[in-house]
Amino acid sequence: MNATSWVRRDLLGIADLSAAEIELILDTAESFREVSERPIKKVPTLRGRTVLNLFFEASTRTRSSFEIAEKRLSADSVNFSASTSGLKKGESLIDTALNLQAMSPDLIVIRHAHPGVPHMLAERVEAGVINAGDGAHEHPTQALLDAFTIRQHKGGFEGLKVSIIGDIEHSRVVRSNILLLTKMGAEVTVAGPRTMMPVDVESLGVRAVYSLEEALRGTDVVMMLRVQLERQAKMNFPSVREYFELFGLTRARLKAAKRDVILMHPGPMNRGVEIASDVAEGKYSVILEQVANGVAVRMAVLYLLSGVHQEVG
Amino acid sequence: MRLLIRGGHLIDPGQELDERLDVLIVDGRVERVGKDLKPGRHGEVLDADGLIVAPGLIDIHVHLREPGQEYKESIETGTRSAAAGGFTAVACMPNTTPPNDNRSVTEHIVKEAARHGYARVYPIGAISVGQKGEQLAEIGDMVGGGVVAISDDGFPVMSPELMRRALLYAQHFDIPVIQHAEDLGLGADGVMHEGEWSTRLGLPGLPGAAEDLMVARDLRLLEETGGRYHVAHLSTARSLEMVREAKSRGLAVTCEVTPHHLLLTDREVFESGFSTHTKMKPPLRSEADREALLGGLEDGTVDAIASDHAPHHVDEKDVEFSSAPFGIVGLETTLGLCLDRLVRPGRISPYRLVELLSTGPARALGVPGGRLAPGDPADVTLFDTKRQQTVNPTRFQSKGRNTPFAGWKLRGRPVATLVDGRRVELR
Repeated sequence: MNATSWVRRDLLGIADLSAAEIELILDTAESFREVSERPIKKVPTLRGRTVLNLFFEASTRTRSSFEIAEKRLSADSVNFSASTSGLKKGESLIDTALNLQAMSPDLIVIRHAHPGVPHMLAERVEAGVINAGDGAHEHPTQALLDAFTIRQHKGGFEGLKVSIIGDIEHSRVVRSNILLLTKMGAEVTVAGPRTMMPVDVESLGVRAVYSLEEALRGTDVVMMLRVQLERQAKMNFPSVREYFELFGLTRARLKAAKRDVILMHPGPMNRGVEIASDVAEGKYSVILEQVANGVAVRMAVLYLLSGVHQEVG
Repeated sequence: MRLLIRGGHLIDPGQELDERLDVLIVDGRVERVGKDLKPGRHGEVLDADGLIVAPGLIDIHVHLREPGQEYKESIETGTRSAAAGGFTAVACMPNTTPPNDNRSVTEHIVKEAARHGYARVYPIGAISVGQKGEQLAEIGDMVGGGVVAISDDGFPVMSPELMRRALLYAQHFDIPVIQHAEDLGLGADGVMHEGEWSTRLGLPGLPGAAEDLMVARDLRLLEETGGRYHVAHLSTARSLEMVREAKSRGLAVTCEVTPHHLLLTDREVFESGFSTHTKMKPPLRSEADREALLGGLEDGTVDAIASDHAPHHVDEKDVEFSSAPFGIVGLETTLGLCLDRLVRPGRISPYRLVELLSTGPARALGVPGGRLAPGDPADVTLFDTKRQQTVNPTRFQSKGRNTPFAGWKLRGRPVATLVDGRRVELR
């Protein structure tokens, strides 16, 4: 597959993508990576295009990453933030969408606390829609940047052992990563407390284990997940101290993994909760590379979805 | 006034009739049932050749939204919807604004229903004042006003003490206690069935166990108290099994299931792309649950099919999945769906369907109907098992358009609806 055969206008989830489309996004990101290393980090690719960043949920990393990607492609980007609480009623969401559509944006990047909102938006607006995270459902660009990072280090996915550890139930990153990695032929293991494991998780084509040691044994890639401290009040775990005892990643525990293991985290990290500081900053960590790669991957997604590659002249 | 329904195939489980028979109606009551009847002087004839003639269908679980939420539905539009769907009677739930927890509201419903006259309306009174689950409502007074059962539908009776008292007190009036069986202490923030699809979609789950716990508790209480207990919109395999077992021990328990739980599963939330028309309580369950419910139709455990007709305004449903209200309409789709998806493939016989939609519901609530014997009110539904229809919500008589069945092509539909011998359907 090459860019000319890309016809998709929205990126709502990894669920919709074929392996060939995923490869194309990663290959395209490869060519954009170099832009961020130039002294003048800008190409005219999306000049005259308008991108709306619509964040109904707080985000620093993802929003900045999209914004930088847009600016490096010379798109005009507009940010729109609203706390979900202020716009709880769906009428407002539909009306917001229609109002935004009236301003003729080319692409809308949306994050929302509720699953399915990007899908709903995509049905109503002409603009292409990029899901920047919808509740615990999907976060496709995160999975793509994770895949990009894994491919850089491991060369490919076939037979690769990837272990994702933490709050599996409430994580959109996990769902998108499971979909992507299994499509690409990796073997995915998920691990965490049973109280934060969604029901029937194995129907997604993964192995579920309930001890950190078992998850780490012989693995090529370790992906740690943020544990939200408010989960404690919802009976998901008794205390931070005990969580770290059972599922916190330490240097000693990481020894069970393969010698060339890479350690990932989608951020933001809770040091001392799911991961010890020395491991997060240690030699296996590729956490900051993930962030850097995020910009290139989002540039690739914006470029492909904008349709500019298909325009003549 | 004489009317002869001639040439139809009469299915009347109330009299165990299932053959080609004419029905003669005089002054709103059944005069005779037999072969080759004559209309008599000045008698009209309704040609029922090729049609099924059945005692009027009864939907024992609908929300008419009046008083207070007439923007969703009214007694007038709700009963028109019933008539259009082949239903001659409905039982309406008390979760209106204000709720039907006192006689004046009950009387308003009865009066409005009589004024419009499209279908009989049997009000269901609240169990507790304000449906708050604290204090018994004036049940006796409401029964005097026309209430046929009590329920806090929409608000499960969480307190075992209140349920115990309700089961005891309702016996004074020989009415059933209807429970929306859901333990709110489990998966309270859920929006769809907890299972593979909630996991895939990242939506909080409503576990089947929440229903099972409540049914188990209530059946245990019923053993102590006696009385009649009815499980509304039963949706899980385990709850059905418990009802089956309780019936075998002779407990006075009945249950209803909805067409949507018989025909759709939780996968539909995914297939429809988060359509809020797949959001209801109880949620669409797993394939194993659905299959078990079908088994319950076949073996007689299920007493009634009820639609849980729950109209909502378009704007209320046109929101994010998580924020949308629960519920779909059903009065105008139930019969067609059952004929096309249950009878046509041979899962149940036409006779069993009439049992589930007429005789069974009448018995479960203890209301008249479900039979066309001489002297009975002439509430009759005529339907065609072959005529095609396509579900088109914009043509519903109901104000509600919220259905997951839009566009479904169904073989089988109601043709005429008679209440007291008078045609009430609008076509």
